[in-house]
Amino acid sequence: MKSMVRVGNGQGFWGDSPQGPVRLVREGPLDYLTLDYLAEVTMSILQKARAKNPKAGFATDFPKMLKSVLRECKDKGIKVLANAGGINPRACAEAVTQVARELGLKGLRIGIVEGDDILGDLPKLLERGAPFTHMDTGAPLSSRLKDVQCANVYLGAAPLVEALAQGADVVICGRCTDPSLAVAPLVYEFGWKMDDYDKLASATVAGHILECGAQATGGNFYRWKSLKDLARIGYPIAEAAPDGSFVITKHEGTGGLVDRETVTAQLVYELGDPRHYLTPDVTADFTTIHLSDDGADRVRITGVKGHPPTETFKVSLGVHEGFRCVGELTVVGEDAVERAQLCAELLFAKLEAEGVTFPPERRLVELVGTHVCLPGMVAPVRPRELVLRVGAKDPDANKLDRLGMELAPLLTSGPPGLTGFAGGRPKPSAMVGFWPALLEKSRVKTQVTVTEVQ
Amino acid sequence: MKMPLSRLAFARSGDKGDTSNLGVVAFDDRCYALLTEKLTVDVVRQHFAAVCAGKVERFELPNLRALNFLLHRALEDGASTSLRTDAQGKIYGPAAGLIELELPDEFPVPASRI
Repeated sequence: MKSMVRVGNGQGFWGDSPQGPVRLVREGPLDYLTLDYLAEVTMSILQKARAKNPKAGFATDFPKMLKSVLRECKDKGIKVLANAGGINPRACAEAVTQVARELGLKGLRIGIVEGDDILGDLPKLLERGAPFTHMDTGAPLSSRLKDVQCANVYLGAAPLVEALAQGADVVICGRCTDPSLAVAPLVYEFGWKMDDYDKLASATVAGHILECGAQATGGNFYRWKSLKDLARIGYPIAEAAPDGSFVITKHEGTGGLVDRETVTAQLVYELGDPRHYLTPDVTADFTTIHLSDDGADRVRITGVKGHPPTETFKVSLGVHEGFRCVGELTVVGEDAVERAQLCAELLFAKLEAEGVTFPPERRLVELVGTHVCLPGMVAPVRPRELVLRVGAKDPDANKLDRLGMELAPLLTSGPPGLTGFAGGRPKPSAMVGFWPALLEKSRVKTQVTVTEVQ
Repeated sequence: MKMPLSRLAFARSGDKGDTSNLGVVAFDDRCYALLTEKLTVDVVRQHFAAVCAGKVERFELPNLRALNFLLHRALEDGASTSLRTDAQGKIYGPAAGLIELELPDEFPVPASRI
């Protein structure tokens, strides 16, 4: 057994910098590279992509990024785990296989984890008594079944461990809990049992710290003025020990910072009840985490306690909620606030004249520059320059299309001082609501397949 | 004396559906003790009244000198269906730093770390 395993996360979300994983692989020692591509909204985007093209529905950034690091990963023995599979892990694996062939990496083993996508099973599951009650609102899913566009179970570490045990060099899954990408390598390397809850909880804490990439190493951090070399910010690495304790660090010579405050900032990010941090593997108690300094850019985490997991998986469903359309105009002048307000009034009045109406609660009128993100928290200001964001949401995309057409005409028919309309007409886009629910674990079957690149 | 929260703690916020979390991390033990007393659910609810339509919950993490708040129904049904600029509550952390707290006159406010 190794005495220490290094897991680094090079991608905090789909759209994160491709420099993150490259830096992790090239600029210092690493055993596992994890990449988190999926956010709550991502799955529905991928579902729409697959509806148009059966080869789509995964994070296309992933195979692209692998072109620049996969050879080095193979040479150095770095294994890769990514939830880049989205709702089409098989197509993702094919794209990765193609990259491996182009790089001449014969013999590379690619694993896929399936079973999280339960969209096709929904009617059957509902019929058999799984209500998919909305966790926040308590609403039953049955009335909205026709609007469901995707349905994915958040899987835990177990199937990822299985893929590693079958010799996978690259593991591709769809929806799994973000921390499980880090938990799986540690369970596999150290041979932990799946009821060793303290160790699983500690690894889950490590995964939570890693999952948003550079947010643990000085990104989005209040002491930003004193941080060095943010342009070359190092992505976070957990150096884990067989007893579950670990050190959070980054490669030597990279930018940013790791100290107890950067780590704590990430520990409290998107945190719920700290005593009950739920994953399919364990219930971690964040009030037992002990942080200590371990030298420059090194923080040691010990003492984490865990308890058995719940009997249910969390399910993320995407539900069609109509369309939205928002456009922007830059407004300049002594009375920029009044000019912008008039623009919004004119826009909705023109539409109303031909029967295109939007109730007030479905409209947006934001004067960016007047503290719209701090409503009621600071004194009002009257900037001489601001950005008007105006739009609406509606079940009817055609109505929103009309709205988009009436924005640019304000430049010639509204008040003076309008500019910044270079982006073209705003177009309606579909909105997919997030519907969290629970499903008994016994109703979900996962499947692991590992194939060798020929 | 009055003091903004940003002199006693830093904060980071994020989203889970229509709920925003607000993690507040005190700069030292005295600040943490003070915040457990002064940074109540009511104070946070009032500060975010214009955006938070649901209840506010508070959890204590003395091991991290942190308080975690959950602001329910604070994101216009959630990021994927919101029209707002700050659809994910990214600004709720820095916004919390503006909360004015009444401190005892002798309270040792830490030196500015920024």
